[in-house]
Amino acid sequence: MRFKPVIGLEIHVQLNTETKAFCSCSADVFELEPNTAICPVCTGQPGALPVPSKQMYEFGILLAAALNCKIHEYTKFDRKNYFYPDLPKGYQITQYFYPLATEGFLELDGKKIRINRIHLEEDAGKLIHSSETITQAESSFVDMNRCGVPLAEIVTEPDIESPEEAKKFLEKLRQILRYLGVSTGDMEKGALRCDANISVIDLENNVQSNKVEVKNMNSFKFVEKALEYEFERIKSQLKRGENVLKETRGWDLSTKTTISMRSKEEANDYRYFPEPDIPPVVISREEIKKIVEKMPELPDEKLNRFKKKYTLTDYEAKILTSSVKLADFFERCVFETKNPKETSNWFLTELLKYTSSEDDFDTLKIKPHHFKELFELIVDGKITRNIAKEIFKEVFETGKSPSKIVEEKGIEVIGDETLIEEMLKKIMDENKDKVEAYKNGKKGLMGFFVGQVMKQTKGKADARKVNEIAKKLLGD
Amino acid sequence: MNKFKKLTIKDVLKGEEDYVGESLKVIRKEDGDINAFITVVEQSSGKIPIAVKDNIVTEGIRTTCASKILEDFIPPFDATVVEKLKKNNFAIVGKTNLDEFAMGTGTEYSAFFVTKNPWDKERVAGGSSGGSAAAVASGEVVAALGSDTGGSIRQPAAFCGVIGFKPTYGLVSRYGLVAFASSLDQIGPITKTTKDAAYLMNVIYGKDERDATTVDKKIDFEVLLEKDFSKAVVAYPEEVFGEGVEEGVKKQFEEFIKFLEKKGVKVEKISFPELKYSVATYYIIAPAEVSSNLSRFDGIRFGTRVEEKGLLETYLKSRKQLGVEVIRRIMLGTFTLSAAYYDAYFEKAQKVRRLISNRLNNFLEKYDFIITPTSPITAFKIGEVRDPLVYYMMDIFTIPANLAGLPAISIPFGFSGNLPVGMQIMGKRFDDPKVLGFANFIERDVPVVFPWEAKK
Repeated sequence: MRFKPVIGLEIHVQLNTETKAFCSCSADVFELEPNTAICPVCTGQPGALPVPSKQMYEFGILLAAALNCKIHEYTKFDRKNYFYPDLPKGYQITQYFYPLATEGFLELDGKKIRINRIHLEEDAGKLIHSSETITQAESSFVDMNRCGVPLAEIVTEPDIESPEEAKKFLEKLRQILRYLGVSTGDMEKGALRCDANISVIDLENNVQSNKVEVKNMNSFKFVEKALEYEFERIKSQLKRGENVLKETRGWDLSTKTTISMRSKEEANDYRYFPEPDIPPVVISREEIKKIVEKMPELPDEKLNRFKKKYTLTDYEAKILTSSVKLADFFERCVFETKNPKETSNWFLTELLKYTSSEDDFDTLKIKPHHFKELFELIVDGKITRNIAKEIFKEVFETGKSPSKIVEEKGIEVIGDETLIEEMLKKIMDENKDKVEAYKNGKKGLMGFFVGQVMKQTKGKADARKVNEIAKKLLGD
Repeated sequence: MNKFKKLTIKDVLKGEEDYVGESLKVIRKEDGDINAFITVVEQSSGKIPIAVKDNIVTEGIRTTCASKILEDFIPPFDATVVEKLKKNNFAIVGKTNLDEFAMGTGTEYSAFFVTKNPWDKERVAGGSSGGSAAAVASGEVVAALGSDTGGSIRQPAAFCGVIGFKPTYGLVSRYGLVAFASSLDQIGPITKTTKDAAYLMNVIYGKDERDATTVDKKIDFEVLLEKDFSKAVVAYPEEVFGEGVEEGVKKQFEEFIKFLEKKGVKVEKISFPELKYSVATYYIIAPAEVSSNLSRFDGIRFGTRVEEKGLLETYLKSRKQLGVEVIRRIMLGTFTLSAAYYDAYFEKAQKVRRLISNRLNNFLEKYDFIITPTSPITAFKIGEVRDPLVYYMMDIFTIPANLAGLPAISIPFGFSGNLPVGMQIMGKRFDDPKVLGFANFIERDVPVVFPWEAKK
């Protein structure tokens, strides 16, 4: 391996607090009619003033604690001045000099990716152009709904060593965000946005390229793809002995390439200075402790607990803990069934066929006690596994109890021994050659005889009994 | 003489007449000469006619900040102080003239017209709350609200011979005050008596959920009005007798000291060498905040749009509506905040600000009050001052109270020629009632004189 990428991420997370960062407007603005969740404060009306949300701080502190950061008691807001129509005040309120938290890490498959800082800030509005691109647009409109939605900006150290690892980092981060309940983490909806810095080290010649910033990647897949593209592009430039420009590039979905947006030399001077409208926010150690105590079990802890407590494989536990909602539902089902392994099997093979891990399991028609009932029907030999699967589907769709379905449909296991014996005798008469072969040692043919009975009974026969009787008839 | 013109809030509270009608009558008759009002409100409910500086937003009533760019701006909400006035039976009869966005000391930088001093109509009323001070001094209204960032209440009050009070920073909500320099701005009363100033403070002060810089403190501003302050110990900086202070003002200040001593007050001289840095400090911090606060007025987000072919041209033309002083400060602030100069200017100014604050607080541990003339000069002639630096130096005595967030009042004390001279009393943080009480202690012997009663 002659070349190695060095990647750092800058991630903006929309916090799903009840109100916006500095006013009492709702922060849940996704897909609302433009300019319907706004007030004098978030639109920067002359005379209006920002007042920071407490919940934004709580969410920020939870996030910082989950990412093992040093949380600061003394924080302050600053103004980042820049001129853009989607920014009503002409500046963004952010934390520049005294951020909420610093020096954390996120563990990814045993490796620590260091977090440089986490700070709180407000989101800007959205521009809507009358045509595809701004240059062709006859007119542009501003939707201010997003103005003032609270953001946590997470900046990593350049510890990420492959595009795939960048993607994994983001997936893990999203899982944590969802576990904490501080953000939906939906990249497609803009609740999680990521810019990446990448440079490449030529290990043979021991030189490192300039840093390139990549933007506009609105899915985990595109982060990986864009970084792969950039890695290749920078690598080939290094190979040709060319100078890699320090610049900002945007991922272009249509060409699956990155395109130069601006060179870093024309960087903005944001003229940061302390926000005079908001006094410093001082949160004592005790208050921070109180907030952190509310922290739920995090993905890694839950995974380990599931493996131990329920004796599950890593694979099973990982799937079952992929979301809090799924994990909670699993635990409630196990509480009823007292059979973690069997419950896990049904979750992995059946339940997740009809649901995805982020669904709301509380509102499902199938309830934990249905699992218990279904398992009992199987153990009592009242239904076969195959039928149980059909019943499961029906319970899932209708919410009827499994025994009710069995009763209604007249599904019952055929356990009548004389009936099974007659069927088997008939099958053996029609397949004398196979009976002969079995007796000569081809024991595998047992499956054939049982299978035939199951076929004729449409799976309703008690497989255990069929086996027993067949063995008896074949003289085993 | 119209009896209404001398009425105080206290008088109006006792009376039964249509004072709002009276006020509007006087405004109609006299404001053609004074030019105190940008907008007169003919229909307003409430009993006590008051004027509000036109950088404090009023729902449905045009609020211009005396700027072309906000000439047609109708705010969608009331400032907290306006809400409080309305709730307490005040009638807003008009919005008063100011230097554009409150930047200036003569109301000459209003984009519309110059307000004239009721004492001498060839002279300025002071600024930036010149309209409010002139409206009170000419008897057009019973009282007015102004805003004070570096002396903008006290200096025009001094020039017009009335009372002007800047409260401790954080006592009065700034919600609805169009920001000039947010860390220095404070709304306060301009009145005919200190009792009225204290009364108005009780109405407008208080913690506001919408302004994070307001403090939660219960204060009765009227509680020390009758107190005997003859045992007070006050200090004045020796720098008061330094360069740039008019002889007439110096003389009057000496009289003021003598007067206080005769009343039993102990007056001591102190050395305040940092005083001379306060103007420089102010003119770095305030423009820095201005450059940020005013960037929204670009014709796209806010303000009158001057439509041009392209976006950039539209921006440039729209911004050109701002006046020369506003542009000067935006440029200054943009420069001092830029990455390359931040440490050398803004950061250093913040340090000096803390130094000046500490020094003042130390003095006020030892003395009840610090006294100075409010302004080194009396009202100057319209158009007389051209050099911005000369302008800036006029704020030397008023700026320290803003830098340190302290309460300070200007009260009239005698004349230089036929122009009123104001004295400033500065107190400890949250000692607002004490400052008002001391001012009242003086006022008992030296009441406000109106222009039409003075011997010329």
